[in-house]
Amino acid sequence: MLEIKNLHAGIDGKEILKGLDLTIKAGELHAIMGRNGSGKSTLANIITGRENYEVTSGTVKFNGNNILDMSPENRALEGIFMSFQYPVVIPGVNNTYFLRAALNSKLKHNELKEVNAADFMRLIREKLKLVEMDEKYLSRAVNDGFSGGEKKKNEILQMLTLEPQLSILDETDSGLDIDALRIIAQGVNNFRNSERSFLAITHYQRLLDHMKPDFIHVLIDGKIVKSGGMSLAQELEEKGYSWLEA
Amino acid sequence: MSKNTQIIDKAIEKEYEYGFTTDIEQETIAPGLNKDVIRLISSKKDEPQWLLDWRLKAYDQWLKMDEPDWSKLNFSQIDFQSISYYAAPKPKKKLSSLDEVDPELLDTYKKLGIPLEEQKMLANVAVDAVFDSVSVTTTFKEELQKHGVIFCSFSEAVKNHPNIIKKYLGSVVPTTDNYFAALNSAVFSDGSFVYIPKNVRCPMELSTYFRINAANTGQFERTLIVAEEQSHVSYLEGCTAPMRDENQLHAAVVELVAHKDAEIKYSTVQNWYPGNPKTGKGGIYNFVTKRGTCVGDNSKISWTQVETGSALTWKYPSCILKGDNSVGEFYSVALSNNFQQADTGTKMIHIGKNTKSTIISKGISAGKGQNTYRGGVKIMKAAENARNYSQCDSILIGEECGAHTFPYIDVRNPSAQMEHEASTSRIGEDQLFYCNQRGISTEDAVSMIVNGFCKEVFNELPMEFAVEAQKLMEVSLEGSVG
Ligand SMILES: Nc1ncnc2c1ncn2[C@@H]1O[C@H](COP(=O)(O)OP(=O)(O)O)[C@@H](O)[C@H]1O
Ligand SMILES: [Mg+2]
Repeated sequence: MLEIKNLHAGIDGKEILKGLDLTIKAGELHAIMGRNGSGKSTLANIITGRENYEVTSGTVKFNGNNILDMSPENRALEGIFMSFQYPVVIPGVNNTYFLRAALNSKLKHNELKEVNAADFMRLIREKLKLVEMDEKYLSRAVNDGFSGGEKKKNEILQMLTLEPQLSILDETDSGLDIDALRIIAQGVNNFRNSERSFLAITHYQRLLDHMKPDFIHVLIDGKIVKSGGMSLAQELEEKGYSWLEA
Repeated sequence: MSKNTQIIDKAIEKEYEYGFTTDIEQETIAPGLNKDVIRLISSKKDEPQWLLDWRLKAYDQWLKMDEPDWSKLNFSQIDFQSISYYAAPKPKKKLSSLDEVDPELLDTYKKLGIPLEEQKMLANVAVDAVFDSVSVTTTFKEELQKHGVIFCSFSEAVKNHPNIIKKYLGSVVPTTDNYFAALNSAVFSDGSFVYIPKNVRCPMELSTYFRINAANTGQFERTLIVAEEQSHVSYLEGCTAPMRDENQLHAAVVELVAHKDAEIKYSTVQNWYPGNPKTGKGGIYNFVTKRGTCVGDNSKISWTQVETGSALTWKYPSCILKGDNSVGEFYSVALSNNFQQADTGTKMIHIGKNTKSTIISKGISAGKGQNTYRGGVKIMKAAENARNYSQCDSILIGEECGAHTFPYIDVRNPSAQMEHEASTSRIGEDQLFYCNQRGISTEDAVSMIVNGFCKEVFNELPMEFAVEAQKLMEVSLEGSVG
């Protein structure tokens, strides 16, 4: 599904990713761990096509197609989703309206019929339950006045509604209390199936305990220096990162 | 170069939708302004002597006045002698019904989305169409007459209702009020007149569509609305003009009078040609004086404006709250994209007791646009327990535009309650990327954010026009993100 080869990329002329390789197959959940500043969000931004990030060499393929020349909205429409580390506030734009616009944009892209307001309300109420969110968040502006945890739940709500093929969860667990973490992990776990893939970026083992990733990768200084299974997470928890540094 | 830049480049190519000209035989008087020109205008309209005298007096006053220079607008001197002060479609004969209106003209309004044939019209909206200097036709006249409502062109009103005109003309905006009001008083050509009798709720929306067509002419219309005791009226004006390389002057005066318990709601969707988006060449200079007086107790005047067009906008719809418990409102969206400049706002003058005013101003700046809010709230000594709430929000799109806010407050009665809020925000790359990441295009994202920003004001528009305003905003914003 996602295939990254020898990726060198950065911002403002500064190289941040220095030869990164990563392959995620359909149905897999991969976790990336690494210190602050190691380039985790940069990787997410490059996969989703954020402006100003430059790829100097290497390839990123999604379902066999090179996506580096695609616009961010087309990548999204093709099925790549990112739960933002810092979800953005959009004042004045109603949360329901926003989410319906996003869904309709995707339906249109897939040449499917757009949903009307009434059908959408029915759909969204179902999804709300999955992340234990109150309906009142629907009538607020996007992320406006949401607490950190509420913003993260809202991101997962969007994921569940848009049903992407590849979901990148950038530190979705940071700033969550234990209950919220459990709800979000459950939301993600129930959403997993043999066709959907996930890339979870995190610092903490606790998220991984809930999600049971298929692979864990350690990112140090723009490169994946070690990959393994759940035992690697435990090792990191005990020993930190320094033993992996050159 | 990002893909956003490409979208923008494409959108910039998009032309002003209403920029066509109508090829029609016109009667125009030669450019220049002097007393003979004023006499000529007056005689063409068969005016009574008192009105000619009133015009000439205004002209004398105008000559002694200086052009205001306190606004933030930046433009080259207007040459008042190079403008023609009268242009009219040549009438084939006297019009008695719509069937006799030149088909070219009907076609023009159709292209503007305003069919004048009654059977095709928006249900429940009566339209007065003003083409260059004269009113072409007014629809639904008979229906209105049944309720005693008068809705006609200003010239007709001078002929048929001289006493009302004599009583109210200049009573809210005196000829000496300001430079452009004085000029308008001297040379105004036509406009709309509305009279709502006592205890009548006007059964439909009234609206006037102003169209500038002729080159080198100015448009100087006057609108007067009188609402007698316990009456109610909602009025809307729309404006468009062809694309021309030279600037054209529009200097209108609007006077509203609300008697006891009466309510006037006045909405404007202004979409004059804004000038060439790339060079800034051409476009309408829009200098307008709009004011209403709440003469009677418990009366209410509400201004709503959506200003998306014009190269320059200089406009401060105001309320004089004389009657006790009277209410003044001002809801405004002003957009300056590309080279547009807007200096707009309101004045609320509280005189009566328990008077209340609300100001909601939303300024949008994009491209190289400059947007200024200028508002004054004055609480006079006698205005016991006056209240004002003001909210001025600005949103910036891009790096080269500007927003400026000048609230003036003058409180002479200590019982006044004043509340003022202001904010400035920028549509950021992070917001646009967030939308893009959800599959929403940059253009849709911008219009979604701007519409959210304007919602409070759009909600004040009559329903038929709220959607139109929203669409207009989208078109006007195209190409605003770089
Ligand atoms: N917009 C930016 N401009 C300049 N440097 C940046 C920018 N974004 C991130 N960086 C730098 O890139 C490096 C990696 O950042 P990031 O990918 O956010 O790390 P992580 O998500 O792993 O904490 C850091 O040194 C950070 O300071
Ligand atoms: Mg990060």
